[in-house]
Amino acid sequence: MPSELVHKFMRIDHLPHIWCAGCGNGIIMRDVAVALQELIDDPESGVSREKTVIVSGIGCSSRAAGYMDFDSIHTTHGRAIAFATGIKFAHPELEVIVLTGDGDCSAIGGNHLIHAARRNIGLTVIAFNNDIYGMTGGQYSPTTPTGDVATTAPYGNFDRPFDIAQLAAGAGASFTARGSAYHARETTELIKQGIQHKGFSLIDVFSVCPTYYGRKNHKGGAVEMLAWQKENMVPASRYYAMSEEKRRDKIMVGILTHNDFPEYTQQYARLLERAKKAK
Amino acid sequence: MVGKKMLVIDQSWCKGCGICVAFCPKQALELVEEKVCLKADNECVLCGQCELRCPDYAIWLEDLEE
Repeated sequence: MPSELVHKFMRIDHLPHIWCAGCGNGIIMRDVAVALQELIDDPESGVSREKTVIVSGIGCSSRAAGYMDFDSIHTTHGRAIAFATGIKFAHPELEVIVLTGDGDCSAIGGNHLIHAARRNIGLTVIAFNNDIYGMTGGQYSPTTPTGDVATTAPYGNFDRPFDIAQLAAGAGASFTARGSAYHARETTELIKQGIQHKGFSLIDVFSVCPTYYGRKNHKGGAVEMLAWQKENMVPASRYYAMSEEKRRDKIMVGILTHNDFPEYTQQYARLLERAKKAK
Repeated sequence: MVGKKMLVIDQSWCKGCGICVAFCPKQALELVEEKVCLKADNECVLCGQCELRCPDYAIWLEDLEE
């Protein structure tokens, strides 16, 4: 019998999961489960299990929708946000959570991401960002750092990477944040805030892929990669207390943008009312 | 303060990644034949750092029945 949390919120007949030893995705999926548990246990949050839907696309990350014991849908590559938009638009009362990866949401699904952000539709998108296409064998993704090697970049990738949280913020997302597999408690808190936020929320969570990314780039195994996150990623409270010079080499863990823009399905409901009155 | 807890390990779910061992603040854990174990001298303070970062849900704290 696993822990109460896992027993309650995951499909234990599908566990242990297929992710590699040390894969950060398992840590992030637990963060999502803890965030949902805390919200469901809080009657004031308005979040219930019955009204929560989990949507994923394709990739290592997207296996998570199959492991989490909620109403869930595992969709096609890059289209998780498109399916989630349809679900939210048909049933605005639902809490729609998208579990996606860096390839799924910022390459093939990049257009869906920016337009969902621009519309500010009330989805919560959690990107399991491991800097690589793990499931298909380690091709470089839009977030692979410049210079790193991948099976499709044996001499080093010369593309500049996307910062998914900044990309979503630039596209108009009203809540954007960055977490990491190492910073599990902080990330859980950010996921909770993202779910409670009424507009489009994106939490870019840095995962670790020791198998196809870490090992090939001499960044070590899971332990060394998480130790890198501990060293180089700094929670917002500490980050903003640092001098500008010290901040330069660090990555902030916390909220990037938090705005109160009108939410898309609420706008649509208002439009319907207006149209009915005009009859 | 929370109620009494105990550390539980399910070795059949452990993939031997060593994350819990590396980030245990008391160095209370070790890998034996690629499976997590609590060391014999039991320095565990039930902080839950292992559960927080175990990607395989193989180690956790459980409430003890009163």
